[in-house]
Amino acid sequence: MAEANLEDKKTKIDEAMEWVDARFPATETWEYHLSKYWAPKNHNYYYVFGFLGIIVLVNQLLTGIWLTMNYVPTDERAFASVEYIMRDVNYGWLVRYLHSTGASAFFVVTYIHMYRALAYGSYKAPRELLWFVGMAIFLVLMAEGFMGYLLPWGNMSYWGAQVIISLFGAIPFVGPDIVEWARGDFLMSEVALNRFFALHVVLLPLLLVALVFVHIVALHHVGSNNPDGIEIKKKKDNQGIPLDGIPFWPYSIVKDLFALSVFLFIFLAIVFFAPEMGGYFLEIPNFEKADPLKTPAHIAPVWYYTPFYAMLRAATYPLFGMSAKFWGLVVMGGAIALPLALPWLDKSPVKSIRYKGVLSRWALRIFVVSFLVLGWLGVMPATKTYTIMAQLFTLIYYAYFVLMPWYTTVELTKPEPERVT
Amino acid sequence: MASDVPLMSASMKEPSNIDRRYFLIQSTAAVGTVGAGFAVWPFLSYWSPSEKAKAMGAAVKIDLSKLQPGEMLTPVVAWRGKPVFIIRRTEAMLNSIKETSLTLADPNSENPEMQPDFAVNPWRSSNPEYAVLLGLCTHLGCSPKLVSVGNFEDASGGFFCPCHGSKFDLAGRVVAGVPAPTNMEVPPYRFESDTVIVIG
Repeated sequence: MAEANLEDKKTKIDEAMEWVDARFPATETWEYHLSKYWAPKNHNYYYVFGFLGIIVLVNQLLTGIWLTMNYVPTDERAFASVEYIMRDVNYGWLVRYLHSTGASAFFVVTYIHMYRALAYGSYKAPRELLWFVGMAIFLVLMAEGFMGYLLPWGNMSYWGAQVIISLFGAIPFVGPDIVEWARGDFLMSEVALNRFFALHVVLLPLLLVALVFVHIVALHHVGSNNPDGIEIKKKKDNQGIPLDGIPFWPYSIVKDLFALSVFLFIFLAIVFFAPEMGGYFLEIPNFEKADPLKTPAHIAPVWYYTPFYAMLRAATYPLFGMSAKFWGLVVMGGAIALPLALPWLDKSPVKSIRYKGVLSRWALRIFVVSFLVLGWLGVMPATKTYTIMAQLFTLIYYAYFVLMPWYTTVELTKPEPERVT
Repeated sequence: MASDVPLMSASMKEPSNIDRRYFLIQSTAAVGTVGAGFAVWPFLSYWSPSEKAKAMGAAVKIDLSKLQPGEMLTPVVAWRGKPVFIIRRTEAMLNSIKETSLTLADPNSENPEMQPDFAVNPWRSSNPEYAVLLGLCTHLGCSPKLVSVGNFEDASGGFFCPCHGSKFDLAGRVVAGVPAPTNMEVPPYRFESDTVIVIG
C-alpha cells in the first residue's frame, strides 16, 4: 500500500517536471551542466579553484550589497561611514572583513586557477576562447579591486588611486587629458569617488557575473581539460559517454564541497583573527582619512597587484625618445596582456607539463619564482638593489612568454597516454 | 533505488557501501544546513537598528514649565524620530474625559500593548494633568491633529486623523466605528520633577 502511494507521488512530480520542461529547459540545463557533464576522472585538487572562485564571487556580491546599505560615497562621509559600519552596525565588522578578505581570497584562487591552466596547457586548442574569457575576468577583477580600494577613502586608498590614474598620463599626447577626464577634476576628489563607486558596485560586478557565465558556457561546450592534457571525448562508450568521464554532479561537486570546507576554514580564520593580515590586506595608512596634502611615507598597492607594480617601477631608462614612465606603463600592460598570446606561443605537441620537456618544466618553475619575487619586490621600497632585482625578474617573466615558441619546439616531449592516468 | 544512482560511464563500478554513503551524505547535509543558518544570521541582524540608531533613540528630557493649561507643547518633540504629543489638560478637559459623551472602543485601556502599566487609568497618564501620547494614528501611522473645542463631537476636543478620519479623545482613546483599531500609544516616560519629563 505504502509503496503504491510512493509510486503515485513520483509520477505527480514527474508530471510537474514535464510541465515545467515543456516551458523551460530545467531538466535539460541540469543534465547539460551538471548531472551529464562529464568531468575527467583524473582531476586533481587544482581543479577546485574555479568552483572556489564562484563561491568567493557570491561572497563579494552578497557582502558588497550589504555594505552599500550603509556606505556613503562622499568626501565628507565615506571614511566615517566605513567606521560606522565597523563599530555601530550589527555584524558590520564581519560583513566588511568578509568583503575585504574576500578580495584577497579572490586573487589567491584566481592565481592558482591560472597557474593550473599554465601547467596543464588549458589555454591550448580548443580552449583558446575559454582562456580569453578567463583573462577578461582577470582584467575586470583587477579593475574591480582597484576601484573598491578607493571607496574606504583612507589615505592609502587616495594615493594609490592617484598613482594608478596618473599612470595613464604617460600615454603620449593624450595622457594628461585622459587623466583629467578619468578623475573628472584636477585632483582625486569626490567626483572620482562617486564614479568609482558606481563602477565598483554596478557596472563591473555585472560584467564579472556575465563573464563568469560565458566562461562556464565555453568550458561546458569544449569540456574540461585534465592533468594529462588529453581529450576524454576521444574515447567514448557505446552510449556516447566518455570512458574517463564522471558526472560533474554529484562526484565533482562533492570534491568541490570538501575543498570548500578546507577553504572556509582558512578564509574564516583570517576573517576572524587576522583580517588586516599585518597590513597586507588592509594597509595601515588606510586607517587615516584621505588627505590630498599628505602622501603616506611608504606607498604600495595591495599584495595582489605587487608583481605588476614591481614591473612598472622596473622601467627606469628613457628609450627611443619616450620617458621611463611611459615604458613602465608598457612593461606593466605587456605583462598583463602577454598571457593572451599563450595559445599561439606554445608550440608544444602536448598540453600538460607532465609530458612536456625539461625546458618547459624549468621555464614554468622559474616563471612562478619570478612572479613571487616580483610580488615581494612590489611591497618593498624601491632601493637600488631592489630595482635591479625587479629588472632582472621582469626579464625572466617576459622570457617565459617570449622564448616559449623556441623552447616548446626544441625540447623533447614524452608521449601522451591513450587514456587518463 | 536504481534510478537514484547517477548515470555513469561503462568503465565505472556500481557504488558499494550504499548505507554508509547515505549516512555521510545526510549528516553532511544536516551540518551544512546548520552552518548556512549561522551564516545567514549576521546578514539579517545587519538590518536591525545599529548602535548609533539605538543611541539616537535614547530617552529625551523635556521642560514643560512654559506649557499653559489647555495647550499642546509646540513644536512637537520627537522621541526615536516619532512625534510625541504633550497636552496640559484643564479641569474641564479632565471632566470631559471622565464623563465622556463619546462611544469608545477601549475606554478602560485594556489593550496592554498601547500603554505602560502606570497609564492604565481614566487619564492614561501618570499625572492626570499631562497627557503624553505618541502622535501617530494606530490605523496607518499618520499624525493626527489636535482639534480644539467645538470642532469635535465631544465638547473638549480631541485628535482627528486627516488621512482616514480616525478620532481619539484627549486621553488618546479611540472612538468606536473609525478605521483605527486601538487607542493611541502612550510611550514610557517619567517625571524627573514637577515640570521636567523624561520620555523613553
